[in-house]
Amino acid sequence: MTEKLQLRLAHLYPDVMNIYGDRGNVIALRYRCEARGIELEVTEVNVGDPFVPTDFDLVLIGGGQDREQRHIADDLVARGPALKAAIDDGLPALAVCGGFQLFGHRYVDNEGGVIPGIGVFDLETRHPGPRADRCIGDVVLATELGDIVGFENHGGRTYLAPGQQPFGSVKRGFGNNAEDHTEGARHRNAIGTYLHGSLLPKNPALADELILAALRRRYGPDVELPPLDDATETAAHDAATRVAERRSRASR
Amino acid sequence: MHPRLALAVIAGKSAGAVSRRLGKGGGTAVPGLVAARIDPAIVSDLGRQLGRGSVLVTGTNGKTTTSRILASILDAEGVPCLHNREGSNLMRGIASTLMGRTGLSGAVRDGSETLGLFETDEATLPLATTALAPRALAFTNLFRDQLDRYGEVDTVAALWREALAIAPPGATLVLNADDPSVAEFAIGWQGPVHWFGLDDAALATGSAGAFDARWCRACGANFAYERRYFAHLGLWRCTGCGRARPSPQTAATDVRLSLDEAAFSVDGLGVVTMPLTGVYNVSNALAAVALARVLGLSGEAIRRGLANVHPAFGRQESVMLEGRRLRLLLCKNPAGANQVISLLASLPGDELKAGILLNDRDADGRDVSWTWDVDYERLAGRVARCWTGGTRAEDMALRLKYAGWPAPAAVASDPGAFLDAVLAGSHAGDEIFLIPTYTAMLDMRADLVRRGAAARFWANQT
Repeated sequence: MTEKLQLRLAHLYPDVMNIYGDRGNVIALRYRCEARGIELEVTEVNVGDPFVPTDFDLVLIGGGQDREQRHIADDLVARGPALKAAIDDGLPALAVCGGFQLFGHRYVDNEGGVIPGIGVFDLETRHPGPRADRCIGDVVLATELGDIVGFENHGGRTYLAPGQQPFGSVKRGFGNNAEDHTEGARHRNAIGTYLHGSLLPKNPALADELILAALRRRYGPDVELPPLDDATETAAHDAATRVAERRSRASR
Repeated sequence: MHPRLALAVIAGKSAGAVSRRLGKGGGTAVPGLVAARIDPAIVSDLGRQLGRGSVLVTGTNGKTTTSRILASILDAEGVPCLHNREGSNLMRGIASTLMGRTGLSGAVRDGSETLGLFETDEATLPLATTALAPRALAFTNLFRDQLDRYGEVDTVAALWREALAIAPPGATLVLNADDPSVAEFAIGWQGPVHWFGLDDAALATGSAGAFDARWCRACGANFAYERRYFAHLGLWRCTGCGRARPSPQTAATDVRLSLDEAAFSVDGLGVVTMPLTGVYNVSNALAAVALARVLGLSGEAIRRGLANVHPAFGRQESVMLEGRRLRLLLCKNPAGANQVISLLASLPGDELKAGILLNDRDADGRDVSWTWDVDYERLAGRVARCWTGGTRAEDMALRLKYAGWPAPAAVASDPGAFLDAVLAGSHAGDEIFLIPTYTAMLDMRADLVRRGAAARFWANQT
């Protein structure tokens, strides 16, 4: 194959939904594509911008404060049916924190207001009110891709409907709701999660999974990803795991 | 004087002395912590003895530097002041500062002549305002900081509104006109407002880092910028209600920056110079000058105070170690780190040597994701050698790898091993920029003390 591979990434609301270093996920995708000679074209989609999901190979949305989520909700809901149809059809997507919440059916915020979501995942999120503690801390998850590490910081508690697959199970941290040990959600090639930190740089297996799914969807099932030297990534991943375990012991 | 206050002062002072003698640190917060257990109203009980009243300085960045510049101006004017200069800015730190000048009877020495100058933690502002009834409150800026500590930016803004609701109605607000998130505190404020801001088109940048103010609180529309200095600071205007950056009473024009100093013009003062650099420090200096004007201090004192200010602990300090000049540039959050990156990017040459130290203790923020909001990419191709350190040295190495920096010469979590690696990878005569988070700076400072390169900070600053 001599043709240069190319991927088109839609980054939804980068100006608004970016509170916890979420742009690190874009940086990681770009780095890991370019290291393999894959061209990554990033299109930023803000409120009111044209957006046809089927024109893209990957979709990314980050986290925002409650106020920011309310600001984009109407715009996102208007795009909901087209985006959900594309994801149902296998479009790879990563939705982090506030973006994850809006990929569910609804988010009931800390004042009891309902922010509608787009129902990519069969779940809903409820904020237990302004006096409740936030779920803040290091996280280690067991997933199909091995251990995933990150940091969570969310007020809302997310509850999966029966049959909705989580992204992983919680080894350290709070997860979706601090009760049922689930974290995030997964539907076809779409992953929703509370983990930032940033997520993809320290979890190269997950970054590569998204890249590979996007490539295979566009270029066919025979595409492979050559491995990279991930010593630095692995060291950061392992350091984060050690921190999570030490803090978990300290708090017991 | 009620007996509980006197008892609190005695107990607190004893605890501070013990802490200092045990070498546990400067004891900057211990006396206040102990005394407040006995007399929870100690800040109020001692603060009301200050005849010149109190001023509070808060904001995400620049609290310490702004306060130090004002202290230097007060010194030049000969006004006695009590100042929590070590940056211990919670209620216990303010209490400790007040107790430092309090006799065992509970009376503040020369209290009637003294002004209280208190750098105040963002979340402590409501408590400090209640206890001290300040005559002026200065707000430097509002950025995303350590989100795991304070929650979201909106949470901090809500705390500040709470403080303003209980502040004396005649107090003067000193507000950064360039920061729309700070400017909104003037809405509904009945007392006087003194605005400060930058007025120099040459300082405008295109890419200016993370953006923490998007919508006008008054009407919900977006802000438009004619000019951005850094983050969301600049010449802003609301596209909805037309609210716009106020015209500042204290403004800097003609800003000239070198690695060691900044010079700028202020209306009514002419050209002033200070041994601090960076656009952010000019903004801090303006906050201090504005406060000085509110306090009625002379132009001559302002000029001399600026010229004589010493860099705060770890902020643009320069230390010699085995012939290397180590320049310490504290970075606590993305806005501050981006300013340091801008400063380094403005230097000539592409042979920079830089060490970045990332800690994740409570005071640094346990969440290190903020490093992905810093534009380290701007220095790609300009760095000849780098080192990473701190408790999250590995995370920092990864961040720099993805920013296009060369592989670090060492990734060393241990502070001593880090400095050893810097020495091993440099030569006498080299200039090396060391960029630590707050507790990483404390660790490195302690190691520099052990090596005889720096004095204990509480010894040279009290």
